Amino acid sequence: MQDVTTNAHTPNIVAFCCNWCSYAGADLAGSSRLSYPANVKIIRVPCSCRVNPMFVLKAFQRGADGVILCGCHPGDCHYVTGNYYTRRRMALLFSFLNYLGIEKERTRVEWVSAAEGARFSAVMNDFVKTVAALGENKRLTDLRCKEDPENA
Amino acid sequence: MRDVEQKMKERAAELLRSGEAARVVGWKKGEFYFDPSPATFETEEELGEFVYNGFCGSNLSKYLIAVSKKPGKTAIFLKPCDTYSFNELVKEHRVAREKVYVIGIECQGKLDIDKIRAKGVTGVMEAEEAGDKVEVTSLYGKTSIAREEILLEKCLCCKGKKHMVADETIILHEMPETKNNRFSGVEKLERMTPDERFAFWKAELSKCIRCNACRNVCPACSCVKCVFDNPASGIAAKANDTEFEEQMFHIIRAFHVAGRCTDCGECSRVCPQHIPLHLLNRKFIKDMDTLYGDFQAGETAEGKTPLTEYTEGDAEPGEAVKPEGQHA
Amino acid sequence: MLKIGKEKLNELYAAISAGAPLWLPVKKAGEVNYGLYEAGADVSLETLKTVKSPKDLFFPQSETMMRFKTEGKKIEILDVRSEKEPFVLFGVKACDFRAFDVLDRVFLDEPVDTYYQARREAATIVTLACSRPEESCFCKVFGIDATAPGGDITTWLDENFLYWQANTEKGEKLTERLRGLFAEGGESEVETQRAATKEIIARLPFSGLDLSRFKPENLNELFDLPVWQSLSEACLGCGACTFVCPTCQCFDIRDFKTNDGIIRYRCWDSCMYSDFTQMAAANSRTTQMQRYRQRFMHKLVYYPARYDGVYSCVGCGRCVNKCPQHLNIVKVIRTIGGEKHD
Repeated sequence: MQDVTTNAHTPNIVAFCCNWCSYAGADLAGSSRLSYPANVKIIRVPCSCRVNPMFVLKAFQRGADGVILCGCHPGDCHYVTGNYYTRRRMALLFSFLNYLGIEKERTRVEWVSAAEGARFSAVMNDFVKTVAALGENKRLTDLRCKEDPENA
Repeated sequence: MRDVEQKMKERAAELLRSGEAARVVGWKKGEFYFDPSPATFETEEELGEFVYNGFCGSNLSKYLIAVSKKPGKTAIFLKPCDTYSFNELVKEHRVAREKVYVIGIECQGKLDIDKIRAKGVTGVMEAEEAGDKVEVTSLYGKTSIAREEILLEKCLCCKGKKHMVADETIILHEMPETKNNRFSGVEKLERMTPDERFAFWKAELSKCIRCNACRNVCPACSCVKCVFDNPASGIAAKANDTEFEEQMFHIIRAFHVAGRCTDCGECSRVCPQHIPLHLLNRKFIKDMDTLYGDFQAGETAEGKTPLTEYTEGDAEPGEAVKPEGQHA
Repeated sequence: MLKIGKEKLNELYAAISAGAPLWLPVKKAGEVNYGLYEAGADVSLETLKTVKSPKDLFFPQSETMMRFKTEGKKIEILDVRSEKEPFVLFGVKACDFRAFDVLDRVFLDEPVDTYYQARREAATIVTLACSRPEESCFCKVFGIDATAPGGDITTWLDENFLYWQANTEKGEKLTERLRGLFAEGGESEVETQRAATKEIIARLPFSGLDLSRFKPENLNELFDLPVWQSLSEACLGCGACTFVCPTCQCFDIRDFKTNDGIIRYRCWDSCMYSDFTQMAAANSRTTQMQRYRQRFMHKLVYYPARYDGVYSCVGCGRCVNKCPQHLNIVKVIRTIGGEKHD
């Protein structure tokens, strides 16, 4: 995606949001008229721990430039402990991706409660800015999913 | 080693004769000295082909998933490192402990025929072990190589000579411990910049021919149907059509065995392209040790793994990935 | 016969590659496989066995066959085939060269596989005779002369020179273009090397394998042998043997959904896999023993039955070296066929 006015790279962002906190936080951001970039595509999941590492990779495969996971604050999980497991899994996965040379700024986990509409908006704005500065994701991407200029 | 082999053979014969074991899992001799294959022996007669030498590097424990389901008890010879895998299989209910008779065997470190070849010694016909040397006879001459130069990668960072589980042991000689830091390879990569790391893994992973040897030999890869073989998973692939698929396969595989991988090193041993796959698994092991406390999969057949438990004060994912040079 | 000093080989590669892409054994990340020549490439002609065989050049591990572009309910089929640029394949050993013949019989038989054919026709093949066979080699069993491999051009390498002999029109054409780099001579050196190599080949441990029992009329008898069970018991069901094999030609055709269409591609498949030939239900071979037997029966019985008695093994020995548990076709031939006593 190319921003016509600035010619800067507009990143594709996938945000996995837990149904009970972060998705409601996004809702609140909307109803409070707080803006967050339109290129953040939210995928609602029942709990942040529903996110299999494969989902993260698939998002990158399909053209995401950054992937962010949002869940309830530790201790507030609707399912009591789900996000504690998320925290360990994603800590290991993100460290591992970094180990393979994939820029660590492209992945993030944030805890956003249903009451934190403003925080949701701030987190997304910041993440989009960070990823935009990195430019297009080229290291964990499937060329077959890139638009083919010949066939476009 | 000959005396150990002899003792093992005798013991196997006794177990079969007495009916204590319906079968014995060990190694049988191949075309050469250095190519023994895993085998199941059901009669004393079959034991004629039994062999145990420095090239019996394979981890037999995975065969138990199928073999131990047969009627009767299965006896198996396990080296110290193989017993970790056995414990994991028991823990995950892939093998029933009471169906197996574990004989812990002596191991002086196992040898890698490919390392002999990499030294330019081609056409190897014989490789006789003599103390700390291996006498190699090839089509083009004889040479003597120090054992330590041709040890399998996994043996360079031996986890120790103690069997984690055994119903009996056959140990005739002292087994000296090796004191190598198994994370040195991981640390070296961590010190690189992301660009260098990416270049390193790109070169290594692009060799992958997706033969699945690493997966199929892995005792922790015991899924009845692997996600990569399941067309409904959306990621099934038989060949790497793009670089992404190389990455995807190896990331998911390493992640899936994280916390269950005992670092038995079979994946690196069998890779036809010699991709250092252990460096993937060891990264997870090192991170788990650093973030959640030292943990060795397979030490016992019970208990939780770092990924099946948590504490309230765990590190946040953002903290786990430190800037270059001071990685987690 | 022509010859060129070993120290001038890089010049030769550069000259060939100036006219057409040149593929030859290149070392990358520690392993030697066929790769595209570029300045600074770590060429390793001395490597007897590349990990993968050169069959990739004609029958790639994965290739796009066509694309579908979808727009609403409209589907457009896009032909992705293009004119294949002529290329040179250098350093092919006798076994791998014979393997092309095995593949040709399958892919160039009616209906002709146009993807394969286009690549095959675009290639000029320069073979390299073996001078240091290894213990796992058994091409002699299949009547292959490793010291005179054939192809468009045959070459021999000794300590000082690469000797060069064009065999076909294509070979002559390439030779003509490079003529300035060569000097005349080398017949006697080549003869000496060939004689010495043949002597080594004669005493290779697998040179005496007996294939006489592997013939179409014994199909049922061989199929029912109980020994398959013990031969296959340690098989992990990985595809290492099939993917390093120069003659394995089974493939699968799959669709990949891109963001705006579909790519239909084919990729190597392995009869060792649990989902090989899986159609609506399951693999018709439910046990690893059946899959294992399939591989060797195909190489030694089914293929010869279909193609004039030609075996689809060339004795390159890659599977001997690469099987994680040291199972291989030699053990099968020896167990079932035995040894020739002459």
